[in-house]
Amino acid sequence: MNKTDVLIIGAGPTGLFCAHQLGIIGLSCEIVDNLDKAGGQCIELYPDKPIYDIPAVPECTGEELTNNLLQQIKPFNVKFHLNERVEELKKNQNRWHVKTSGGVEFDVAAIVIAGGVGSFEPRKFSVKECEKFEGNSLFYSIKDKSIFKDKSISIFGGGDSALDWAIELSNTSKVNLIHRRDGFSGAEASVQKVKDLNDQGKLNLYTKYQMDSVIGDKKIESVKIKHDEGEIKEIKSDYVLGFFGLIMQLGPILDWGLNIDKKTVQVNTENFETNVSGIFAIGDICSYPGKLKLILSGFHEGALAARGCFKYAKPDEKLRFEFTTTSKAAQERLGIKK
Amino acid sequence: MAKITYHTHDNKTHTIDVQNGLTVMEGAIQNDIPGIDADCGGGMACATCHVYVKEEWLDKLPAKEDGEEDMLDMAFEPKNNSRLSCQLIVSDELDGLEVNIPSKQG
Repeated sequence: MNKTDVLIIGAGPTGLFCAHQLGIIGLSCEIVDNLDKAGGQCIELYPDKPIYDIPAVPECTGEELTNNLLQQIKPFNVKFHLNERVEELKKNQNRWHVKTSGGVEFDVAAIVIAGGVGSFEPRKFSVKECEKFEGNSLFYSIKDKSIFKDKSISIFGGGDSALDWAIELSNTSKVNLIHRRDGFSGAEASVQKVKDLNDQGKLNLYTKYQMDSVIGDKKIESVKIKHDEGEIKEIKSDYVLGFFGLIMQLGPILDWGLNIDKKTVQVNTENFETNVSGIFAIGDICSYPGKLKLILSGFHEGALAARGCFKYAKPDEKLRFEFTTTSKAAQERLGIKK
Repeated sequence: MAKITYHTHDNKTHTIDVQNGLTVMEGAIQNDIPGIDADCGGGMACATCHVYVKEEWLDKLPAKEDGEEDMLDMAFEPKNNSRLSCQLIVSDELDGLEVNIPSKQG
């Protein structure tokens, strides 16, 4: 059981800055995120793309912003629980008992949801029968590539994951790469490599095809793919892999009794608390009149939510407003040596 | 101002006056038309505002910018007439545009 003052759900820029604000006022926190690294949408959707509207930072990339925020919260030694999704919340007297998908448990005074538009989940095939093969002969990520040795694999997608796995698995498996158009979004060098392998007969590339259906009883035996013009091909496949990127799903948050409207959580603008006492929501996931989905708005919301958490974490103490420039206590927490 | 018609998956038709300068995505969101999620808010980063454009409009719309086709690879059941509605900026020329909203966005 991890006992801390506040649990932050989401390690995007808003969650990270909220951790900073909690640290400054002397509260401890831990952060849970479903992804394998901090940064949220900044890292997952646009690590290399520039951002121009962070106050006093004329230009930075999603990755730079994340790294700077991690640097900024370093003094507080915040513990991260990555690859974990919060599943269950239970009120336990004045505290919250929280459990994640991986069985990690927390005992906290308050919860800050900084979950963006939800947790990132793989996008799936639209063909219904795919569901029953998921995890047995159909995958959206690869944990153990040895199972594919000497098998027939049909990979769908046109991004880097699809291309990289097609290249890698073509060494030891019979690979079919199927993509809906001639163009690819993955790296140019990988596209060329795939085309070369196709010319050499080391993999089969099918463009302008999409999945039509999967055939098999307990495991997949073949897939039918359909060309833009309507022609259907059946290809033998022991395994099917789909790489269509990630989509954000609100997931278990829907079941926590929060007021939710259009995939966002309603909050007040005084301290960004939800309709449930002790649960706050900040960043893209919260809504209130005039809400802007900007990172800078998330920072403001995090600062106020952190102060809102104080009364739950330290009910007998009074929080005094201070500036980091002059506050001895804040500077000590930041580890500033004079 | 342009009249945009959204055909939703439940076989309902919504015809809305959308102001010039807004996107077809914003027209849907602001008028509570179901089926367009627009998770990223219009940044061409999520493919959850995917629509099918009525065939006769395909050539009249501004061409796809770099990146839109890449994002459409991720969309749910993309077709030749797929567009991201956040990339369709409304102008008088779009008056009468009809789009179909897919059964889901992901």
